[in-house]
Amino acid sequence: MSQQLKIVIDGKEISAGPGQTIMEAADAAGIYIPRLCFHEGLPPGGHCRLCTVKVNGRPVSACTFPVAEGQVIENASEEMTALRRKIVEMLFCEGNHYCPSCEASGNCELQAMAYRLGLLNPQLPYLRKPRELDASHKDIYVDRNRCILCGRCVRASKLLDGKTVFGFEGRGINKRVAVDAERSLNETPFSVTDQAAKICPTGCLTLKRKGWAIPVGQRAFDKGPIGADIERK
Amino acid sequence: MAKPLVATAPFTGCFGCHMSLLDIDDRILKLVELVEFDKSPINDIKVFTRPVDVGLLEGGISNDENVEWLIKFRENCKILVAVGQCALTGGVPAMRNTVPLKECLEEAYLKGPTVIDGKIPNDPEIPILLDKVYPCHEIVKIDYFLPGCPPSADTLWAALTALLTGKNVGLPYELIKYD
Repeated sequence: MSQQLKIVIDGKEISAGPGQTIMEAADAAGIYIPRLCFHEGLPPGGHCRLCTVKVNGRPVSACTFPVAEGQVIENASEEMTALRRKIVEMLFCEGNHYCPSCEASGNCELQAMAYRLGLLNPQLPYLRKPRELDASHKDIYVDRNRCILCGRCVRASKLLDGKTVFGFEGRGINKRVAVDAERSLNETPFSVTDQAAKICPTGCLTLKRKGWAIPVGQRAFDKGPIGADIERK
Repeated sequence: MAKPLVATAPFTGCFGCHMSLLDIDDRILKLVELVEFDKSPINDIKVFTRPVDVGLLEGGISNDENVEWLIKFRENCKILVAVGQCALTGGVPAMRNTVPLKECLEEAYLKGPTVIDGKIPNDPEIPILLDKVYPCHEIVKIDYFLPGCPPSADTLWAALTALLTGKNVGLPYELIKYD
């Protein structure tokens, strides 16, 4: 029988199993650690850095870092929230996110995260870089203006669908989600029933002919903040 | 004590935020008791007649006239509040920011499918477009931001009453919206 460990998150002692990550242990205990690139059922990406917590004073990503006996973890402190708010702000200013005209608005995890963290307005300079739109596929389009490079579609296509439709291309500021084809998405075996089609946290991968299906007030994050489902546990 | 003065500005927006301000129902009677309006499209006063306490800005900054008025608002208002996504981020008009201005104008006035004998307008009366649509805070200092498209009547009411009574403008979760 595996031995239970004790860790402390924001002053609250919780028990965790060996081999669990900090995020898994926190989720099980009903403590929400903000995340964007993490998705249940996929291996953690560890690159959006939103789940950064301080373990015994050192910042680590909660989705990849294993629990160990006696860890003292700082999660929802004012400092961590301010740092996370800055990350979300940078994402808003790097991409071209027009919430008022986006189909994902209200169901978008990036937007919901900004709401939860209390970001009233991004104030860093906007990059306003043109990004490519791929509407070649009959059922779904890729609007890279809304991409936050979480890599969920990349992981889901490879690991859940076994197709490797998406991948990253370029480095640094030029990094983008590419499709595994000479030109566009319609040349790939990508299908609307793929797991990768449902996994985008923003409106980057959006179903055609389905826009604004849910009325305002009933959308995913209209009633409660992102993470409320975990906190209810 | 004299009533606090409020001025409002419509820049590059759709007037939706002004509509939302008028959408506060019977609270508008309380608002009239609480404040007096100076320069605003609501009362059609065209120029500042005296120093103003609170300036509400709707819309992004897309032309030279917008810039001129934004600077005048900063000079004449103690507190400037950017209201709505266009004032905060450039909003929907800022979708042209990733396309060069020349291409935008050509598409609208020369190459559009319904254009006959097209000509790009160049009347001196028309304000000159900027290369991009800018959020207000990239041009002058903004004191408060009220997100929303438009911010709901409740958001505007909560923020305005807090501002005018000297309380903290803290928006609860339900009132922070980008759409």
